[in-house]
Amino acid sequence: MLEEQDIRAFVHGTTRYFEVAAQQAASVGSPYLVTEGAPEIHDYNGVIAVSGRRNGIVYFSAPRGMLTVLLMKMNESNVSHEYLCDLVGEVANTIAGNVRRDLGKDFAISVPSVVTGAGNSVDLPAGGRPVVIPIHWRSHVAKLVVCLQ
Amino acid sequence: MAANAPALATQLKLLIVDDSNVIRRRIERCQQIEHLQVVGLASNGVEAIEVFRQTDPDVVTMDITMPEMDGIECVEQLVAIKPDVLILIISALADKATAVEAMEKGANGFLNKPFSDRQLNEALAELIGGA
Repeated sequence: MLEEQDIRAFVHGTTRYFEVAAQQAASVGSPYLVTEGAPEIHDYNGVIAVSGRRNGIVYFSAPRGMLTVLLMKMNESNVSHEYLCDLVGEVANTIAGNVRRDLGKDFAISVPSVVTGAGNSVDLPAGGRPVVIPIHWRSHVAKLVVCLQ
Repeated sequence: MAANAPALATQLKLLIVDDSNVIRRRIERCQQIEHLQVVGLASNGVEAIEVFRQTDPDVVTMDITMPEMDGIECVEQLVAIKPDVLILIISALADKATAVEAMEKGANGFLNKPFSDRQLNEALAELIGGA
């Protein structure tokens, strides 16, 4: 189960990403616990496996439009599917990696894997109870899902 | 921190190592690159060593979390090949222990992701300022 300080670390990592990489702050909604099933996902999902001090997954789920604008804000003209997949993985990796500032080196993270298609699903660890952190940026809505045992 | 590039008699050769295309291209677009010549790109540590041997770069930007071989192990191997190579770690791993480990293996600088263009320019300028 996530503790309050863990959630705070993920919220901080998320807001910092948009402030620095996109030069435009995002607002983060109240995190909530999903008690049944898995959270719905958006078009692109960057998934990071976590091991060490905690085990589970963290994923950043975003719609195509948000990632396209994010790439453009980074002066990237290539907004192909390949680059959107690359970016969603990089966002997930960056937020999860930054959390080590608070949780320490024993919070080990994998390279990102990417799941695409809103009708698809991300496999959650057995017994895990995901916490969803809503992210609002410009007119777009995304989410960070943290499911750690 | 120096924001402008130092005056160099010759361009230094740069190898960019990151498993993200988006990040590699961002580094390539960096203003400081005018003072560097990009001689190679690699998406993991194994590929980086191969390209390093082929191109003999003076400067390397290095991610840490990558498939095949991570950046920390790669730094150690690159320094064994060319002890005076300048290596800037550019990583999301924000804990002090990782930064210290990278520096102990031979890296010369550390820039945390996410980064702004200004932060990247300053980090590269500082790195090559000592060359």
